[in-house]
Amino acid sequence: MLAKRIIPCLDIKDGRTVKGINFLGLRDAGDPVELGAMYAEQGADELTFLDITATIEGRDTFAELVKKIAIHLNIPFTVGGGIKSVHDVGVLLAAGADKITINSAAVYNPQLVTDLAKEFGSQCIVVAIDTKLHDDVWMVHTHGGHQATDIRTLDWVKEVYNRGAGEILLTSMNHDGTKGGFACDITRQVSEMVDIPVIASGGAGTMEHFKDVFTKGKADAALAASIFHFKEIAIPELKAYLKQQNIPIR
Amino acid sequence: MRVAIVKYNAGNIQSVSYALNRLGIEPIVTNDPDELYKADKIIFPGVGDAGTAMPYLRERGLDSVLVSLKQPFLGICFGMQLMCKHSEEGDVDCLGIFDVNVKRFPSGTEKVPHMGWNTITDFKGTLLKNITPESYVYFVHSYYAEMNPHSTATCNYVLDFSAGIEKDNFFAFQFHPEKSGTVGAQILKNFIDL
Repeated sequence: MLAKRIIPCLDIKDGRTVKGINFLGLRDAGDPVELGAMYAEQGADELTFLDITATIEGRDTFAELVKKIAIHLNIPFTVGGGIKSVHDVGVLLAAGADKITINSAAVYNPQLVTDLAKEFGSQCIVVAIDTKLHDDVWMVHTHGGHQATDIRTLDWVKEVYNRGAGEILLTSMNHDGTKGGFACDITRQVSEMVDIPVIASGGAGTMEHFKDVFTKGKADAALAASIFHFKEIAIPELKAYLKQQNIPIR
Repeated sequence: MRVAIVKYNAGNIQSVSYALNRLGIEPIVTNDPDELYKADKIIFPGVGDAGTAMPYLRERGLDSVLVSLKQPFLGICFGMQLMCKHSEEGDVDCLGIFDVNVKRFPSGTEKVPHMGWNTITDFKGTLLKNITPESYVYFVHSYYAEMNPHSTATCNYVLDFSAGIEKDNFFAFQFHPEKSGTVGAQILKNFIDL
C-alpha cells in the first residue's frame, strides 16, 4: 500500500538550516547536508530544502548545495526558493534535485507552471501555495507569506493543476509556527479537488496532528521543520505511532 | 569495473550516477555504441516521455545497439518501460526486449502519478536477494508494465503491476533503487556484484 510521507523541511539561509516562527526570527539549526543525511537514516521519506530568503532578496538558487545533497542522500528531495525560470529549474535538476518547488513566481507568471511541466514533466514540479484565511475565504499569499493577493486558494489550485503541476505543497500561514495542528479543512478541500498528491505544511506540534492531517485532512504527505530540527518529535517515534494508528507508513 | 549509463534525451541520470558513486563505482555516461559494447554493466535510467525518447533512440541507431548487448543490463523506471514492447504513452513501439505492454493507470480511483513509497512482494530472480519481502521502495510513474511471465516483483496501486522484470541479461525495475534508501542501495549492489 502506498505510504503516507513524512517530509522534514530544511529552510536554508547562507547554506545553513534555519526555521523561523511564522517565518520571522530565524534560528540556526545546522548543516543541511548533515541534517539531511541524518533524517534519511531516521526514516524521513523525502526532504525539502527551501532557500527561504531567495524571493525576498532576489538571491540566486543554490545549485552547489543541491549537488552536495544529491551526492550524499539516497532518498528523494525537493528544492525551491527564488526559482523564476525554466533555466533555474534545469540547473537544479541537473545538480541532482528530484523535484523543484515554485511559489511566488508561479503566481506572477502562471505560464511558468505550464512551461516547466512541458519541459521536465509534471512529476518533478511541486507548486507551493501559501494560504491565509481572510473573512472565511482561503486566499493565496506570496513572498514567504508576507504579500496578500486577491486570488482564492481553491481557484489557484485548480489553475496550477490544469497547467500540469505534479504536487501541491500547501502551507497555512494561520497555522505555520503555531504548533497547534495542520489546517485540515483546507488541506482536505484541496486534496479532494485534484488528483495529484497534496503535502500539508504548517502547524505540526504533536504526533496526533500528523494523524489528523492524514485522516481528516486527507493529505498524502506532511511537512514540518522546527519540531524535527529541535528534536521535539523524533521521526522513528512518529512513524511508529502512525503505524499504530493504522496509517500506511514506511 | 566499467559501468556505462546510457545517455539519451531523458532526465534523472545524475542521481543514478551519484548512487553508484556511493557504492564506489565511477560510471561513464555515454551514447557511443563502442563504449556501450565495452562496458561490463549497463544502466538504462530515465524520467521522460516514450513518444519522444523512442524516435531519439532510433535516429541514432541506439535501439538496435541496446537490444544486442550481452552484459548485465539494468533498466530503471522509464528505462524499464522502454524495454517493453509497446507503450500507451505516445502510442509507440518500444525496444521489445520484453513482450509486455505499458499502460496508463486508470484515472478516477487513486491519484496519478503513483508517487511515493510502496511495498513490493512475490520476489523472483537474482537482484532481490537479501531484500526483505514487503520492503518499501520509491516510485514515481503514471504508466506501468502489466504482470507477465518475466515479472520478478509485484506492486499494487489501483491494480497489480510488474515492479520488476528479468530475462537473460536484461533486468529492470519500475521503482527507483537510487532513491530507495538502504533497500535500493542493496539492489544496486546486487546488480554490480553479478
